[in-house]
Amino acid sequence: MFRNQYDTDVTTWSPAGRLFQVEYAMEAVKQGSAAIGLRSKTHIVLGCVNKANSELSSHQKKIFKVDDHIGVAIAGLTADGRVLSRYMRNECINYSFTYESPLPVGRLVVQLADKAQVCTQRSWKRPYGVGLLVAGLDESGAHLYYNCPSGNYFEYQAFAIGSRSQAAKTYLERRFKNFSDSSRDNLVKDALMAIRETLQGETLKSSICTVAVVGVGEPFHILDQETVQQMIDAFEIVGEQEGPAAEPDAAAAAAAGQEAAAADQGGSTEEGVAPMDI
Amino acid sequence: MNFMASKQPENSLLGPEADSQRTLYPYVTGTSVVALKYKDGILMAADMGGSYGSTLRYKNVERMKAIGKHSLLGASGEISDFQEILRYLDDLILYDNMWDDGNSLGPKEVHNYLTRVMYNRRNKFNPLWNSLVLGGIKNGQKYLGTVSMIGVNFEDDHVATGFGNHLARPILRQEWHENLSFEDGVKLLEKCMRVLLYRDRSAINKLQIAKITEEGMTISQPYSLKTYWEFSAFENPTQGAVGSW
Repeated sequence: MFRNQYDTDVTTWSPAGRLFQVEYAMEAVKQGSAAIGLRSKTHIVLGCVNKANSELSSHQKKIFKVDDHIGVAIAGLTADGRVLSRYMRNECINYSFTYESPLPVGRLVVQLADKAQVCTQRSWKRPYGVGLLVAGLDESGAHLYYNCPSGNYFEYQAFAIGSRSQAAKTYLERRFKNFSDSSRDNLVKDALMAIRETLQGETLKSSICTVAVVGVGEPFHILDQETVQQMIDAFEIVGEQEGPAAEPDAAAAAAAGQEAAAADQGGSTEEGVAPMDI
Repeated sequence: MNFMASKQPENSLLGPEADSQRTLYPYVTGTSVVALKYKDGILMAADMGGSYGSTLRYKNVERMKAIGKHSLLGASGEISDFQEILRYLDDLILYDNMWDDGNSLGPKEVHNYLTRVMYNRRNKFNPLWNSLVLGGIKNGQKYLGTVSMIGVNFEDDHVATGFGNHLARPILRQEWHENLSFEDGVKLLEKCMRVLLYRDRSAINKLQIAKITEEGMTISQPYSLKTYWEFSAFENPTQGAVGSW
């Protein structure tokens, strides 16, 4: 995009009917580090890449719990994301207090979108520079929404936002038809695979990514580093060993979860990223 | 700051003019409401009387109304406050429907909303002078709760307001059980309403029974209960009572 005479104000239309400031805000989302989300009928998994500025600093928080049944992953201006998360938490808590019932995620998403729209129609405001992947449950099941700085929102089976998200989107596009009936663990596995796609060859380790799950009977929570590392190891083993003998072992390791993966941990991380066949 | 010309704050505890802004006592009142859970949903009974003090002034007052698709509200106490509550709920259900998504407010949500309203009004010393019964069924889950004018709220398998608390609940405690059939539920409610008719001065013999199930709400046409006044105890009521006349 190039600078032009219609892009100074959010309240100025271009002759082609565009609001450039809003489009620039959406650019900000593309500059943030990747966040992905995918859902089955009963569960939603959110994942994001967490890069710290330097070895000395901690990484930015990009996944927020909004309520037991709703969580959000952000990409873009994290400060804007934090503020919007606080708004969402407030709305959920107020609804819960009045109605003793969880706020349906579909309604929260509309409220969020309306809030974003206001900033596209006031001369003294600027659009929020953050894209939000909202994962939540309501009466009709599991939902994943994407809220844009423009005030639009869309529902998705799976989506990725942020830098190099196209690689993750391509992976998700290939697999999304299976997600509906996927098990919770396979969903997490697919999320990790999608995150790996955005890393472009860098090794996937739990220290640079965050994964969170919410589902029917499972309140929203961020998986701890250990669990994530074990899952990474579990599927990386499957990727490397193509022989049938190895597969049941790896499957057993994934199923048992703890002991086998822990034993293999040392070996797999040293060998590095396995090339994907597919 | 202009102290001299300040208007009386809305619900002030001071000053006689401010009193006209808040409820001090009820004027036209309805008496007990009794409700119970049965196999397919909730059954609720209330008579059609609106008393003006000790006068039975209005005899065609419907004290039970459907709220949305899933709930039924019955009220005793000040009738005009009940009408006000219906207006609030009308707005609530309207906005709920305007979302036009797959979600709707169920009886639990409506009950809690009413609890918030009643409690908040009580805190401002301007109560809605009602005891409410909220019943309903949503996605197979039956719900029955009550809220009083001071905000006391709870859920149970059977509830009653006013005199019903003293006369109907003991009967319900003895005779209610899970999965009552519709006929048994109605018989049990009629038993309670009959006792109330005999013993509550503000009860009239014209009642309605409402039922709410997954299919929706239906309310019966007004009818009367059969009464028997020839009991020998009614002839000389104070015969055995020491000190009575």
